[in-house]
Amino acid sequence: MAYEQPVLETRNLSIHFGGHKAVNDVSCQFHRGTLTTIVGPNGAGKTTWFNLLSGQLRASHGKVLLHGEDLTSMSASARADKGLGRAFQLTNLFPGLSALENVRLAVASQHHTGHVFWQVSARRRDIADRAYELLQTVSLAHRADNLVANLPHGDQRKLEVALLLALEPEVFMFDEPTAGMSVDEVPVILELIAEIKARKDKVVLLVEHKMDVVRSLSDRIVVLHNGELVADGEPAEVIASPVVQEAYLGATQGEAS
Amino acid sequence: MLANLLSGDYPRSRILMVILAIIMGILAFGPFLFPGVRAFSMMGMICVFIILVASYDLMLGYTHIVSFAHTMFFGIGAYGVAMATASWGKGFDAVLLGAAGAMVVTVVLALLLGLLSLRVKAIFFALVTLAVAFAFLSLVTQLYPITGGEDGMRVHVPRELGPAFRPLDDTLAGFSLPDAFAALLGNTSWQEVFFEVRITGRTLMYYVAFGASVLVFLFLLRVVNSPFGKVLQAIRENEFRAQALGYNTVLYRTAVVVLSALLACLAGVLFALINRYVNPENTLAFELMVFILLMCVMGGMGTLYGSVIGVTLFLLAQNYLQDLLKLLVEQLPPDSALAHLVGPERWLLWFGLLFVLSVYFFPSGVVGQLRLWAARSPRTSNTPEAVDTDEPRTQYR
Repeated sequence: MAYEQPVLETRNLSIHFGGHKAVNDVSCQFHRGTLTTIVGPNGAGKTTWFNLLSGQLRASHGKVLLHGEDLTSMSASARADKGLGRAFQLTNLFPGLSALENVRLAVASQHHTGHVFWQVSARRRDIADRAYELLQTVSLAHRADNLVANLPHGDQRKLEVALLLALEPEVFMFDEPTAGMSVDEVPVILELIAEIKARKDKVVLLVEHKMDVVRSLSDRIVVLHNGELVADGEPAEVIASPVVQEAYLGATQGEAS
Repeated sequence: MLANLLSGDYPRSRILMVILAIIMGILAFGPFLFPGVRAFSMMGMICVFIILVASYDLMLGYTHIVSFAHTMFFGIGAYGVAMATASWGKGFDAVLLGAAGAMVVTVVLALLLGLLSLRVKAIFFALVTLAVAFAFLSLVTQLYPITGGEDGMRVHVPRELGPAFRPLDDTLAGFSLPDAFAALLGNTSWQEVFFEVRITGRTLMYYVAFGASVLVFLFLLRVVNSPFGKVLQAIRENEFRAQALGYNTVLYRTAVVVLSALLACLAGVLFALINRYVNPENTLAFELMVFILLMCVMGGMGTLYGSVIGVTLFLLAQNYLQDLLKLLVEQLPPDSALAHLVGPERWLLWFGLLFVLSVYFFPSGVVGQLRLWAARSPRTSNTPEAVDTDEPRTQYR
């Protein structure tokens, strides 16, 4: 992959809240078929950096490029349309709608049918079938008609992943996808992520604290600390590096696992 | 067929279904069931207000956009027809031109409102619509030479829609419901139950309004159950996430504001034709805006069927609560404190009380509450939420 053009790139990406530099001068490139984990202690700027990528926040400086195209000034919806897909850390769904409807909305967005006002939504078999298939993928089919507000936390996390899969993005961004899940649910999600990686044509970005997960899945680890990129490389090498040991693992070993 | 018409969105409560069927039946045969002008004009108002309130619900209930400019668009429609017929005489061409002009003004204003202020916080949009609506109201009041100011304008309705037009030489037979009720109690003879109905242009106009109301309602049912409508509900539930899914929410919100404004404008056109008199009080007043909001909330926001129930309840109360109170006063000792309290001139007080109680006991509106009861009782809980008619059902739908 060495000289292939990167799919996603950030150049000197920074955001400042007043004097606080939440993300400072982060430059990274991500290539097709790779899975990169972003680690760092709480408050290191991982989620903020994700927000800058997917457009929930606008950068103070620097650029976000997708296939060389500058996305920096685009809205979140336009970036999603371009292929930057995002699953959120805090469950962030449509609570008053059914699980199936949640996924159907994501599928409909991908099919660009949101403007169709003359058809009954439930009759769009193509969209409903795809949505149901995705619910099966995350083993939530039995919950299809439940309101999301009534789903247990773990199921909401799975639904979050189903929504991301529905968008069929080029860049998958998972923000702690397994946080708050019970032990037997975690493998379902990890397997899905491993499958996306195995397809070799997507970019996967993962924010994750569980070091065993990080070690087994990642091709590469990026370490953020106080908003700055402090290490970037092969998992074994990054985990072993003294700067990481000190900044992250040493300090927060207890929380990390 | 029915599933198709209702877009798979059933009332989902037997009681509600019965009430709706009764309202629909009475409106459909209205001129043949109630003798007298008062009931007739109220039924016309119900038809017009169903359009007005249902379109408001599309914004408020389905998308959570609070707008105070709904009466402004209603007024634009009404004044459009009034002004056009005042200048070009009582012809259908004048009515159509006036309506078309009003629609153009409506689209432009709604687009401006939407694009300028929907980007920012919801409260800001509400305040902007309030300001614009007040500005429009005072503009209409001030422009006496064009709009008649406070005096308002007579609407010159085409002859075919006026009282002088008699399409049939003979009268038809009507069956008076109130008299039938009285006869059942033994107060009147059954001969008096039947009355003569003369079909006039006003009857035709009533049926135009009724037809428009049914069509608009079915159209809105389709809209809220379409992929577009689902995006609106997604925006209501979590706008931030709707954006992250790739929906340009500002565009969707603007589209809703424009669509709902257009329907309000249509309601205004019908109002002008059926009421044949428009003034700031009956089309643009802030009080009317509050009434629309009340009807929407009382019936149940985000249910569309709620608008039918809300409008009917509200207009019934507005028209007949005073009579009811008058009856009550007659039963009470004259000049007692209680008699003063239930005096017909205090109907608004009692109406306010009824409203507070209904919101307190039915926080999700009449329709919301009926559906909740229906969902709790095991008998009706398997009513399908969505729909298929001719296709085979799959296991999940």
